[in-house]
Amino acid sequence: MTTNKLDSKIPSGDIDSKWTNHKFNMKLVNPANKRKHTVIVVGTGLAGASAAAAMGEMGYKVKSFCVHESPRRAHSVAAQGGINAAKNYQNDGDSVQRLFYDTVKGGDFRAREANVHRLAEVSVNIIDQAVAQGVPLAREYGGLLSNRSFGGSQVSRTFYARGQTGQQLLLGAYSGMMRQADAGTVDLYTRREMLDLVVIDGKARGIIVRNLLTGELESHVADAVILASGGYSNVFYLSTNAMACAVTATWRAHKKGAFFANPCYTQIHPTCIPVHGDNQSKLTLMSESLRNDGRLWVSSKKGDKRPSAEIPDSERDYFLERIYPSFGNLAPRDVASRQAKFRVDEGFGANGGETAVFLDFRDSIQRLGEDKIAERYGNLFQMYDKITGENPYKQPMRIFPAPHYTMGGLWVDYNLESTIPGLFVAGEANFSDHGANRLGASALMQGLADGYFVLPYTIGNYFAGTKLEKIETTHDAFKSATNDVKTDIDKMMNTKGSRTVESMHKELGRIMWDKCGMSRTKEGLTEAISKIQKLREEFQNNITIPGDANSVNTELEKAGRIADFIELGELMCRDALVREESCGGHFREEHQDNGEAKRDDEKFCHVAAWEWNGNAKTAQTRHTEDLKFDNVKLATRSYK
Amino acid sequence: MENKKNLNLTLKIWRQKNNQSKGEFKTYDAPNVSPDASFLEMVDVINESLVVKGEETIAFDHDCREGICGSCGFMIDGNAHGPQKGTTVCQLHMRNFSDGQTVTLEPWRAEAFPIIKDLMVDRSAFDRIIKAGGYISANTGGAPDANAVPIPKYDADEAFLSAACIGCGACVASCKNASAALFTSAKITHLALLPQGAVEKDQRALDMVAQMDSEQFGACTSTGTCSASCPKEISLINIAKMNREYLRASWTKKEAVHGGDMA
Repeated sequence: MTTNKLDSKIPSGDIDSKWTNHKFNMKLVNPANKRKHTVIVVGTGLAGASAAAAMGEMGYKVKSFCVHESPRRAHSVAAQGGINAAKNYQNDGDSVQRLFYDTVKGGDFRAREANVHRLAEVSVNIIDQAVAQGVPLAREYGGLLSNRSFGGSQVSRTFYARGQTGQQLLLGAYSGMMRQADAGTVDLYTRREMLDLVVIDGKARGIIVRNLLTGELESHVADAVILASGGYSNVFYLSTNAMACAVTATWRAHKKGAFFANPCYTQIHPTCIPVHGDNQSKLTLMSESLRNDGRLWVSSKKGDKRPSAEIPDSERDYFLERIYPSFGNLAPRDVASRQAKFRVDEGFGANGGETAVFLDFRDSIQRLGEDKIAERYGNLFQMYDKITGENPYKQPMRIFPAPHYTMGGLWVDYNLESTIPGLFVAGEANFSDHGANRLGASALMQGLADGYFVLPYTIGNYFAGTKLEKIETTHDAFKSATNDVKTDIDKMMNTKGSRTVESMHKELGRIMWDKCGMSRTKEGLTEAISKIQKLREEFQNNITIPGDANSVNTELEKAGRIADFIELGELMCRDALVREESCGGHFREEHQDNGEAKRDDEKFCHVAAWEWNGNAKTAQTRHTEDLKFDNVKLATRSYK
Repeated sequence: MENKKNLNLTLKIWRQKNNQSKGEFKTYDAPNVSPDASFLEMVDVINESLVVKGEETIAFDHDCREGICGSCGFMIDGNAHGPQKGTTVCQLHMRNFSDGQTVTLEPWRAEAFPIIKDLMVDRSAFDRIIKAGGYISANTGGAPDANAVPIPKYDADEAFLSAACIGCGACVASCKNASAALFTSAKITHLALLPQGAVEKDQRALDMVAQMDSEQFGACTSTGTCSASCPKEISLINIAKMNREYLRASWTKKEAVHGGDMA
């Protein structure tokens, strides 16, 4: 159903002048008035910390919230490989136009052109800003910045700080935010979890948070709310996300009227350390940067049990190089993951059929020496060794795809404003820039672009053009939201059933991975929906949580997050079921061309955004926003 | 993959309801632990069994489980983050333990890190040290081109090594004086080494050290336990550099200029 509820507000004009013109046309808030406005930022990862820092610098009053004990612990910290920017420092043909093109194509033509172009434009400012803050990005001997390559691109545009790029960029944004805390423009609220959004007169005006130390429910008022709370890969239980990563903040906003876009677009990252057993709590990524020097292969004999070193080159299938000669091992993530899965499904898995393929550095070590490889990837090799007990300098890594990132998220217009006025969404929490597949090293870019360079402008425009009444936390809307949250918590605490919330999360994760993971079918998704509905019933009647709600209670925290994941899981399956095509990370087995995703641009060249209809049992309404490709020609995506 | 046999362990774990109450060690069995499991996954299994029994779980901070967020950390048999060098608890795997072993888990013990519950402590003092000056005053939007100022690779690499600190607090917990010198010095060194950070280095050193001293951390007596227990192996040289920065700043600090017409 196509509706006019979704106005993308894409500015008119040529693609490369839209953002410039829009910046000029947006209204401004004068410096004396900025300090009269309060902005709430939920989340302190790259998007949240950069937004808080930038808006604090401009003079707004910022209240920053995170579930962690310190803002520096947000999961952006774990990003390894790098950040893209169209600097063309390598003189290898890069440009804003090329980064734009690669990202639109990489997303399998399911992202909004205007947003992606803006992202490519501001990418260059991000690197300048990071360096000015003291982020120690890798350098060459001449003192200039170094680059490496990432998947889905034929230029070297990725800036990095060894395998800790996310940590270093986050510490940069965090230090900018702490500087504003020192200056008094940013107030930090740590160990707080957002449990509801407060909407008054149709506008986002505040949030309800639970203080995770005392259990107290607090009300916070603002003139605008930014959600920068990350993605929802933990719906799969096992993922590369941190343990506290949850959909809760965005899901609760969804239930208050923010549409959720493209929930079925999830990224399964090809190179992760395989699962070791039933008690595994999470999966660990091995950076895509490793595919600069590592080669993926399996034995060309099924069930080959010989040690990898004894398999001669002539009997090895370097499958990405064979299938995609022009991109080779740097094929994009969705494509590489699928091929690894196919090899394992066909019985070619490592060591006689394990759920793993090899990632081998033998040839690079011979070519460059062990020292050079250690300099580039030392910390990753060490991490692999610690986790598996195997030395990747001596034997190939065993890797397999795992859930890593979610392209779907709350629907936002060009201004990053959701369907609730005054609610803005940044970073992985929104749906906007990556279409159906994100290219490597583009998540850090998008988070910082949104926070440093987009929101500070568009929120000013919102304030300048919106009449905002003065609101206090005594307003009825805060009272009723607090009551709703309290009722929810009491219900969970008082269920006193027999199942742990952890076991329910594991069960949900298995359903999602089997039926809504790397490949999906109509039958599988239909089956998953009914299983998830049963799981939701059981969750409501049979969970057990020890302790009380008035102190630290990590089981209660988990329970709230899992309740939201269960509802989201059902919506993901519905979204995947309706989208009768394959695109990017969404692979419907019924729609393929010999293992390659087969899009249906006639029927599905649009964003699907779901509207909550009051309760979990009522089907959500699917709205669509048509996507137009005026600058990158719609074509079959090929990396061959 | 030498040791593939599952392990049976006994754990003595510090339990303390909150900062006001008295704590004590309680003993738990950890049967049939896979050597491929991580240390925290072993604790997860114990916690699951506690939930089933209706008992409160053992609280500990953790998040990324990849050794980078700095959330996790407690003492294992008196060693911060346990027996393996350069490793956070979350990256410690059970193949480093042997069958039948008794293992003791305690929270970080330092006055500046008050206990919240069980193995969970409050490390917000670290945030306050950063807030006092652990940044470069560069507003968004005005930065020159990233390659405008070349930085010698050696300086950039050294700055990176100092910047690799994850703020876990192992340095404080393992120091007999509970000193935060390694943490504070790593940030001072990281920023002082870079030309863009050098402008404010005097004030930064003075402010961050003053904040460190005002928290309940002890003084540094250069025993080096901090560096030895640091999961990111931050070098002791950082402390020497901090002392130099601080000393120079206290002698040569410029006063603000007053008087005259600056308009």
